[in-house]
Amino acid sequence: MLILCCGNPERGDDAAGILVAERLKELSIDAQVCAGELSALLQLWDGAHDVLLIDAVVTGSPPGTIHVWNASETRLPAQSSESTHGFGVALAIELARKLGSLPERLTVCGIEAGNFDLGAKPSPAVQKAAKDLTDKIAAECGYFSVV
Amino acid sequence: MTARTIQVETLARVEGESSLYIKMAGERVADVKLKIFEPPRFFEAFLRGRHYSEAPDITARICGICPVAYQMSAVHAIERALGVKPEPAIRLLRRLFYCGEWIESHALHIFMLHAPDFLGYADVIAMAADHRELVEKALRLKKIGNGIVSLLAGREIHPISAAVGGFYKVPTKAQLLALVPDLEWALQMSVETVQWTKGLEFPNFEQDYEFVALRHPEEYPLNEGRLVSNRGMDIDAAEYEDHFTELHVKHSNALQSVVRGRGSYLVGPLARFNLNFEKLPKAAQDAALSAGLKPPVRNPFRGIMVRTVELVFACSEALRIISEYEPPAVPRADIPNRAGVGQAITEAPRGILYHRYAFNERGLILTAKIVPPTSQNLRRIEDDLREFATQLAAWPQEEATWKCEQAVRNYDPCISCATHSLKVRIERETD
Repeated sequence: MLILCCGNPERGDDAAGILVAERLKELSIDAQVCAGELSALLQLWDGAHDVLLIDAVVTGSPPGTIHVWNASETRLPAQSSESTHGFGVALAIELARKLGSLPERLTVCGIEAGNFDLGAKPSPAVQKAAKDLTDKIAAECGYFSVV
Repeated sequence: MTARTIQVETLARVEGESSLYIKMAGERVADVKLKIFEPPRFFEAFLRGRHYSEAPDITARICGICPVAYQMSAVHAIERALGVKPEPAIRLLRRLFYCGEWIESHALHIFMLHAPDFLGYADVIAMAADHRELVEKALRLKKIGNGIVSLLAGREIHPISAAVGGFYKVPTKAQLLALVPDLEWALQMSVETVQWTKGLEFPNFEQDYEFVALRHPEEYPLNEGRLVSNRGMDIDAAEYEDHFTELHVKHSNALQSVVRGRGSYLVGPLARFNLNFEKLPKAAQDAALSAGLKPPVRNPFRGIMVRTVELVFACSEALRIISEYEPPAVPRADIPNRAGVGQAITEAPRGILYHRYAFNERGLILTAKIVPPTSQNLRRIEDDLREFATQLAAWPQEEATWKCEQAVRNYDPCISCATHSLKVRIERETD
């Protein structure tokens, strides 16, 4: 299984995916870190059959809430951004779906973020969620039951 | 005044935070404001006190799409201040570096931002459903551009290898030769894409622009040349501020550049093409002419065609450079500190990018000035809309709105690095 962790370590809770990657590495579990840019994602998962992608999300839940989506079967509940800077995870998934290049199994784990301030540290709630999610990935060998 | 031959297209994308406001009174355009509300980022201020060697890496962070342009204008300006001229192999590598950025940036704009306008899709995802092959080609093309930048810069985004005096690390000949098969494919695909643009439908809209671009005696411009215009300008970068000034307007956090005593002007692919057509490699000239494209191109909607011609140039030039390249004796000249002032202009994908630095005898920056291409085009975009919107007076609201957005996207504006939409509001006076 390929684990992709997306995020920006300089933007508060947006570091959620990076925190997970760092902790996975401490546990000797390989994880690729990326900014979540469209073409990079399409390259990273090219040829992979089973992908777990971790990123910060905003759904309106309390910060630190962990969401799990089966993205290979359903569209993420994400709004399309109008800016090229928003050519991110949700667009990459939908574009790959249209192009027939989506991994057979793509699970997206989202950690609810509350603060994207420049230079801010991740909030305690997000740090805890990142730890919990990492432990869960390690314990379950990366396999999730889709909720 | 209507232009019924124009097919109304749909929303695509731009970079950064902006909105557009157009007020019409009947057929008359009463007001146009391209509102840039993204906050100022103070790069020029926080460069002060840093060593000049940091400027290429700091300014690269201004833009995730054209960081190479920032690095190139920075290193050239500083080298001019220091009186340093890098050896020919470094010069070649810098041109190759720029070709990589042009390929990735133009591929992004042509296929993923602008093509949906012409093909009638809301975005690239919708377009991919019917034009899968086109999107796949675009992604491969962008990847090839990324590959050049990655090889020379250490990574695709926010490059870290370009330096004053050269590069921190240079590639081997074998590493460059490995790029050739992909670039040959990219060249062929670019030529085909020029032909593809021939079939697109363009509004009947031409303007009497002042085109401003670099001109080099032997090459299509990237890193060097004098700054010229079709209105007689022919200046060195050191004279830039004598001829251009930046104005602050209330509705925009980005400054608007004008030619002193004349007003708005146009930079970017159209300006380069019109002022340098004879310097394009034969493959690019042939592709343009066979698509019916020859200078002067005064219709900004044809910018998509010109970008495809510049793709042919960038691929062709990259292949030429790779065939000629031999690694330099040293990757980077060792340069002692000294005081100086230097200016440089290079051709970012969207047009000229001006940098000026002054630093003291310890090499610490005293002042910095950066004028990006989009701020040079901003007033011109508003002028275009002032004219273009009159053609749309009788159009339904939704279609007129989309068409005006497309007119903005002609310029591939790179407002800044944030995630917000271009929202257009057209207000009509009813009396």
